[in-house]
Amino acid sequence: MQQNEQLENQPDEQLEKQQKERRDFLGCLGGAIACGAATVVASAASSAAVAATAGGAVPPIPNFDWSKHQWAFGVDAERCIGCLRCVEACKRENNVAPDAHHFRTWVERYVTLEGEEKARIDSQADPANIAASGTDGQYRFANRYKDAKVEKAFFVPKLCNHCTHPACVQVCPTGATYKTEDGAVLIDHTYCIGCQYCVQACPYGARFFNEEKGVTDKCTWCYHRITKGLQPACVEVCPVSARIFGDRNDKQSLISQFIQNHRVQVLRPETGNAPNVFYVGIDKDVS
Amino acid sequence: MDALFHASPFTGYVYPNETVIPWTVLIVVYPYLTGLVAGAFTISSLYQVFGFTQLRPVAHFALLISLCCMLTVPLPLLLHLGQPERAFNAMITPHVTSAFAVFGYAAGFYIILLVLETWFVFRPHIVQQAQQRTGVMRWFYSILSLGSYDLSEKAMSYDRKWLFTLAIIGIPGAHGLHGYVGFVFGSLKSREWWSSDLMPVIFLLSAIISGTAFVIVLYVVSCKLRKVSIDLSCMKVMAYALWGFMMFTLLIEGVEFLSLVYRGREGIEVILEFVTGPLIIPFFILQFGIGSVLPLIVITFLIWRGTSGTALIVGITGSAILVLLAVLMMRYNVVIGGQEISKTAKGLIAYHPPILGREGLLAAGIVLTVPLILLSVLVRLFTPWHDSPRTA
Repeated sequence: MQQNEQLENQPDEQLEKQQKERRDFLGCLGGAIACGAATVVASAASSAAVAATAGGAVPPIPNFDWSKHQWAFGVDAERCIGCLRCVEACKRENNVAPDAHHFRTWVERYVTLEGEEKARIDSQADPANIAASGTDGQYRFANRYKDAKVEKAFFVPKLCNHCTHPACVQVCPTGATYKTEDGAVLIDHTYCIGCQYCVQACPYGARFFNEEKGVTDKCTWCYHRITKGLQPACVEVCPVSARIFGDRNDKQSLISQFIQNHRVQVLRPETGNAPNVFYVGIDKDVS
Repeated sequence: MDALFHASPFTGYVYPNETVIPWTVLIVVYPYLTGLVAGAFTISSLYQVFGFTQLRPVAHFALLISLCCMLTVPLPLLLHLGQPERAFNAMITPHVTSAFAVFGYAAGFYIILLVLETWFVFRPHIVQQAQQRTGVMRWFYSILSLGSYDLSEKAMSYDRKWLFTLAIIGIPGAHGLHGYVGFVFGSLKSREWWSSDLMPVIFLLSAIISGTAFVIVLYVVSCKLRKVSIDLSCMKVMAYALWGFMMFTLLIEGVEFLSLVYRGREGIEVILEFVTGPLIIPFFILQFGIGSVLPLIVITFLIWRGTSGTALIVGITGSAILVLLAVLMMRYNVVIGGQEISKTAKGLIAYHPPILGREGLLAAGIVLTVPLILLSVLVRLFTPWHDSPRTA
């Protein structure tokens, strides 16, 4: 029976081989022509891609239609306890360099001591806090105010604001960083030239340079997760629900309720960037 | 991982990602080179378009200087890019809202213009060489002549029309290119140190003085190397140009700084802490004192006393060297200084450039020598000298 199958398959294999040779030859020929026309094609393809994006074409993600969502993020600073699980989860989830200089998200600590006008600010990346954790890859806030008289203290988680009018997208020379239909600001790592103009333009310090890949990097709201119906990693691990994420098109979603039920603020509204990360419980020193 | 990036220490509060400075000394070199292009082209145009005949000894030399600097301009940018092989993405699919996307086109246009102008300027020389030389060099000049050996008065008059037109287009071209570099910085709202409408003007004026100073220094050096006498009237005109443009530059820089302090927006305390601390040596002493005020006083003194001879040459050349230093420091103080002031407006970063590495001082220094190497080759191929009959 097997022999029969082999015999029957032989002509097919020969035919396939011939066809493959022909395909290879045509492929070479086509390659030569394609090289000559590469510039034109690339330009046209890109224009088409831009047009498709503008027209709201659905990206090839199974069971996901980006025209049906409008993502937003909420931060309830009243709840944050500065445990930094979000920062560590983000680094692991998104393969961010395990050092004190590259963060997609971070947490700031604001402490006002008695008799002082301005808050003292640090983040988990502060050398004193890195020294306290003993490693660049795991984070904690050093208990540096234990002997001081603290008048007011709170934590503020920070991340990319996925602005409605993002300055980073405006300045990108190639269009490698772009705004999606569902409101996220993403970077095409296969197209970014690594000029870092976007790093300069972001007023929030949310972008950094990925030296290993030679491209810019930043928070994507865990786009690979949210398009599968999951929560961003930082939201998932937050033990006190200080981070809220959801779809503003869904009026019953946690984020819609959060924005509806609180008097929310955004960071640096004067820049005109119109952030989509909404804050509750921050103070005058936060920017 | 440590070798991949250079993190800087900081004081106060800075965003965690800010400790690795995005634009380093290579981006200091980039506007410095475009400035030299614009300045040298201005000297060339003063002769070519505006009839400053005293500048004849340096006019064609200045054009070659401009060309050599312009050919080097993409080099620091390419060295800086994380993915230099994708650099043409910005030209193939330019993102129209980006100031950077314009660079490829502006630079490409300007290089073509400079090459064309250089060709017309040196066409008689090329034709002459194509007829006189033998062997490989004959072939070289024959190809460069593009098959046109016509040096009749009619042909030369046609060339002069082209030269005039190219020089006229080149003036807004060169200055537009450099003004645009100022816009790249001035248009960013994220940094108070850069965000100023005067930035393009400041860049432009400092470009003209740096280019003029560069032509002065290279002209004097070339005369010494060739053992010919230096044209004093040419030096005087360049010194006047340097003096005039320096006055404007200092004035505009002063106005810009005063406006920044007077507006006193959020973060002014940190800016003042920066200005009165880390900036004292690079700005007040090197850029302002030694690099700007001192040469201004020297040139004023030379003009006032009617100095001539060797003293005039030494005074002007010395001043020009100081001006070159001042403009380099100005680029450094703008590019690096702007990044040392944190976006938080609550902290300062202390950047100390590494010596080695792709973005180190050595790499930047090598990039700065490239125009000189190119120039030393080009002056041998296309003789730009128009020395006075007093040639020694």
